[in-house]
Amino acid sequence: MGMRISTLWYCIRQGFRSIRKHKLFTLASVGTMAICVFLFCIFYSIVTNVQYMVKNLENTVGVTVFFDEGISEEEIFAIGDVIEAREGVAAIEYVSAEKAWESYQKDYFAEAPELAEGFAKDNPLANSASYEIYLDDIAGQQEFVDYLKTVPGIRRVNYSEMAATGLSSVNNLVGYVSMGIILILLAVAVFLISNTIAITISVRKEEIRIMRMIGATNFLIRAPFVVEGLIIGAFGAGIPLVIVYYAYGYAVRFCITRLSILSRILVLLPVGEVFRVLIPVALGLGLGIGLFGSIFSIRKHLKA
Amino acid sequence: MIIFEHVSKTYDKATDRETKAVQDLNLKIEKGEFVFIVGNSGSGKTTLIRLLLKEIEATSGKIRVDGIEVTGMKRKMIPRYRRHLGVVFQDFRLLKDKNVYENVAFAQRVVVAPSREIRKRVPEVLAMVGLSSKYKSLPSQLSGGEQQRVAIARALVNRPEILLADEPTGNMDPGNAWQIMKLLEEINQMGTTVVVVTHSKEIVDKMKKRVITMKHGVIVTDKKESGYGNEN
Ligand SMILES: Nc1ncnc2c1ncn2[C@@H]1O[C@H](COP(=O)(O)OP(=O)(O)OP(=O)(O)O)[C@@H](O)[C@H]1O
Ligand SMILES: [Mg+2]
Repeated sequence: MGMRISTLWYCIRQGFRSIRKHKLFTLASVGTMAICVFLFCIFYSIVTNVQYMVKNLENTVGVTVFFDEGISEEEIFAIGDVIEAREGVAAIEYVSAEKAWESYQKDYFAEAPELAEGFAKDNPLANSASYEIYLDDIAGQQEFVDYLKTVPGIRRVNYSEMAATGLSSVNNLVGYVSMGIILILLAVAVFLISNTIAITISVRKEEIRIMRMIGATNFLIRAPFVVEGLIIGAFGAGIPLVIVYYAYGYAVRFCITRLSILSRILVLLPVGEVFRVLIPVALGLGLGIGLFGSIFSIRKHLKA
Repeated sequence: MIIFEHVSKTYDKATDRETKAVQDLNLKIEKGEFVFIVGNSGSGKTTLIRLLLKEIEATSGKIRVDGIEVTGMKRKMIPRYRRHLGVVFQDFRLLKDKNVYENVAFAQRVVVAPSREIRKRVPEVLAMVGLSSKYKSLPSQLSGGEQQRVAIARALVNRPEILLADEPTGNMDPGNAWQIMKLLEEINQMGTTVVVVTHSKEIVDKMKKRVITMKHGVIVTDKKESGYGNEN
């Protein structure tokens, strides 16, 4: 037999009624839930932004390759083609000896360009032609450098080992730590919400006994508690979402206006980008915790 | 119609001393009958009621109610089956935070009756039990007799075929008890089968109904238009 709309409506009303009746318990579990979801939102914002910044940094950290003396440009280009074809290479940029000298002049003889004129005929940076190579993932840098060193014609490979190991381990660490904390928070939230539902069940014990005696279905007896869990979950997720939304917007504006010196490194993802993921995930989390918490509690305290 | 065939119930709670509360009991109650069940404390009267309500499982034997096989019924079917039965207990079991009207309406709400039906039916049964004027009172503002009337109204509101009452007048003075019994008789005269467990000798003697006497889990006498435990 199909369920009637009025049955569902009854359960929803009962759920709300129970929440109104046990304001304090409800408030307590919405509060703890809100803290959990709030922390989740904060962690998520931090993790995605750290990953985003690391990605930005990775793109500015490259490997520089210099060639044997007397090598011809054709040979250099041939080497370039081989490198570019390799997997994991995001970009490769050729810097000729002339270009290297030009940029060197700009940096060091800016005040006295006439001094540089003396070297005009005889490029002191001859043999300084190089490739700047950027990788997709900086974690693969060491392996890539080892490969480069075996390529004939390559004299020297400049790279930053620190950057490679540092950035990728920061990335991993942030990921693992936040994953762990979020898992713990989830467990705590499920525990708290199931306790709240257990309290409501015990408060309504007499009522449930009478309902059974009269012939109320199990669905009708249990569903209000699920509704209660879902309502707590929705509020527990909704409130921190609103708070974090405004706080994050403020942080983005603060970074742009006040921290302009750091703005090349400290670029926060736009609000929309973060919350496009955060809103469904946090709401899903809240409702999921509410659902699991109440089912858990019903299983334990409301055996048919 | 209620039929018990060779029904036994043995409680064997963790303790190794098992209690044979009901033993090989055979019983038939016709539709529309009024039956008293009497007997000493511990003779198995409440166990009989609880077996009928399917609160407990018979250890052996068969119970049938209005053609429904109660023993071995699937769990899912129990709520619907219980709607055939109205029950009242000695301790009333009213909801303390709801008024008289809401206590009675509650029984209709939990079986999801339409609200139009509830608004019509609740005043009807309250009038039947003589509590029309007190519909707004809380249980704590009522006498024991009045509280039992509310419980009876609640038991009747969904129009059960059978009304079970386990010591409904246990907490009352004789005057109130007699009025409750008269009410149960009226309900019976309107067609409901009524089964009353009681310890009240005077009432049973005055009512001249069928009396089933139990002792140590078995029926020792079953007499029509009888009195309480008349050993003559
Ligand atoms: N849940 C239970 N667990 C174990 N034994 C029980 C349980 N309920 C009842 N009994 C035992 O079963 C026997 C019958 O109990 P029952 O409640 O049916 O008696 P009764 O006739 O209703 O008595 P009273 O007139 O005092 O209400 C008693 O010996 C009682 O101790
Ligand atoms: Mg009893």
